[in-house]
Amino acid sequence: MSKLKHLLLDESKYKITVPIIAILLSFLIATIVMVFTGINPVGAFKALIRTMTGINMDQLFTDKMYNARYLGEFLTTALPITMTGIAVAFAFRTGLFNIGAEGQLMVGAMAATIVSILLDLPMIVHLPLVVLSAAAAGAAWGFVPGFLKARFNVHEVVVTIMMNYTALHMSNYVLKSLPGSDQVKTVKSLPSGTFQSDFLKALTNNSRFHWGFVVVILSLIIFWFIIEKTSFGFELRSVGFNPHASRYAGMKVTRNMVFSMMISGAFAGIGGAMLSIGTFNYGRVLVGFENYGFDGIAVALLGGNTAVGVFLSGLLFGGLKSAQPLMQANQIPMEIAKIISSLIVLFVAMKYGFEMLLRLYAKQQLKEEE
Amino acid sequence: MNTFYSIMTLTLIFAAPIIVTGLGGLFSERSGVVNIALEGLMMIGAFSAATVTVMLEPVTAAAPWIGLLAGAFFGGIIALIHAYASIDLKADQVISGTAINLLAIGLTIYFAQIFFNQQRTDAFSRGLVKTTTPVLSEIPFFGPILFTNMYQTVYLALLIVVVTWFVVYKTTFGLRLRACGEHPQAVDSMGVSVRKMRYYGVALSGILGGLGGAIMVLTQDTQYTIGTIHGTGFIALAALIFGKWNPWGLLGASLFFGFSQVFGIYSNDFEILQGLPQEFFYGLPYVLTIIALVVFSNKSVGPKAAGEPYDVSKR
Repeated sequence: MSKLKHLLLDESKYKITVPIIAILLSFLIATIVMVFTGINPVGAFKALIRTMTGINMDQLFTDKMYNARYLGEFLTTALPITMTGIAVAFAFRTGLFNIGAEGQLMVGAMAATIVSILLDLPMIVHLPLVVLSAAAAGAAWGFVPGFLKARFNVHEVVVTIMMNYTALHMSNYVLKSLPGSDQVKTVKSLPSGTFQSDFLKALTNNSRFHWGFVVVILSLIIFWFIIEKTSFGFELRSVGFNPHASRYAGMKVTRNMVFSMMISGAFAGIGGAMLSIGTFNYGRVLVGFENYGFDGIAVALLGGNTAVGVFLSGLLFGGLKSAQPLMQANQIPMEIAKIISSLIVLFVAMKYGFEMLLRLYAKQQLKEEE
Repeated sequence: MNTFYSIMTLTLIFAAPIIVTGLGGLFSERSGVVNIALEGLMMIGAFSAATVTVMLEPVTAAAPWIGLLAGAFFGGIIALIHAYASIDLKADQVISGTAINLLAIGLTIYFAQIFFNQQRTDAFSRGLVKTTTPVLSEIPFFGPILFTNMYQTVYLALLIVVVTWFVVYKTTFGLRLRACGEHPQAVDSMGVSVRKMRYYGVALSGILGGLGGAIMVLTQDTQYTIGTIHGTGFIALAALIFGKWNPWGLLGASLFFGFSQVFGIYSNDFEILQGLPQEFFYGLPYVLTIIALVVFSNKSVGPKAAGEPYDVSKR
């Protein structure tokens, strides 16, 4: 117990303890909500465990205990939101709030679909080309708010929200216009331009798991490398901390702003490819947002905008997202998972309050010792 | 001419929720708290209003009006979370607003499942009813537009514009509110509590946002679903910026956005527009907002202190 106390009192560990408190508190409140509305919370947790490990708690030590498909589906769900998480985290580190990952993801998905349907090339050329075009589309979508902020000082939050809706309607129109499309989807992508893999499918009992995970891991490494190890990343971070000092030090602040939004958009665009040529192998006409961008904000915030943090919180939010159908099947309203995710964001945003409480607690402990 | 009148009438009907919600945003941002949670607050309001209307309809004919009150009430309650996080805990206001938007999606559909065993509310049988005012509807031009087949909530929305203008520009409360958004340190030095003023601002944004959502579901829909609000809260935010944080400007911008939505519906009636895809009209308001932002960018018209937690030590 004293070890836990020690951890809570250590101010340098706040960036780990505060997110953990936020997660626990969110689960606690969701449990209370479930109990008060007559839902058995145990079922929700069982669904979450089954999704994230493949283990069915009701069938322990039977041959139905483990099903790798749940694991595969869970990882598949985690991939796009980890990408949008990287996108938002990258922008955050450079002092920008990219609420437009949603739209950047959509145009990325659209570009990937176009290139994977219309071009017929050997896989070794085709697939990289598809991924690059998704990144380029996302980067272009990120360029607009970055440029408008740098050139006209227009706030990126409002611009990106508007860009999200523009992306939704534009990509719907473009996807419907592709040859062979109907009102809800395009034709299937050519196999040479998708992440899909029979090997990974077989490995995970026929889930939709695909090669995109390699790209996600590479992206995490690239994110870490750019931000922590290059002078370019140092400049970006320094602009994030203090744009005035950075300008004084001779850094090109506005140019860096544009680059930062473009790189962020590229990550989100690749997230779109995870969907349109990974989870699915066709382009989907959407009625509304699927909140991948907002999930990315949650992932980035909880992960403290670091590569390792984004990786871990991408898994948690991926689990919460992919557990929803199973919850619904167990007569638990699946929105409880959304409530948990949003509470986590809320509590991480309130971190100042938690830190205040922890300091108060520390003071009290000191007094008691005296 | 009949098409023209019905386009104008529909424009007012579509603009009403944007106007009311945008005015909510005005109170919040004028007090110095950025509120991108308007979308979520509208969802809460719409869900509460639809639920109350469905449940009370068999009992009383006033059910939709009680629904409107319920929408405003619950919108206000949820907004207090945003107020507490961003005023007392100095949370990033955009992140806190995002959290409220996400929370609203979860909460509304969760409770729809609890109350109605489905991912939407039951359909209400009537909702608000269109009325034609006798005598006034005979006035040429204005009669057919304003007083024929019109929802009374449109009058309510226009009334709130006038009241907001009066409160914000003609009362002590309004002066203090605006000052909190421009220079909170000065307000504090005059002995007025910045915290209290900002709480009022955010609470009002919740009440009006909830009311806006309630008006929307009861006039444009038959039940609450996840798609009922479909971005109208963000449109309201855009209208607020477009209208330069001024009630009259907001009214104009809302009418414009309402018009562009209605125009999309009627676009097939006009030969020149038939070639343009539906998506063009859906996307137009957003593109125009971006352009407007660029055009207005040189004049800083927004509240100066919006988005910053109040810090006494900066006095």
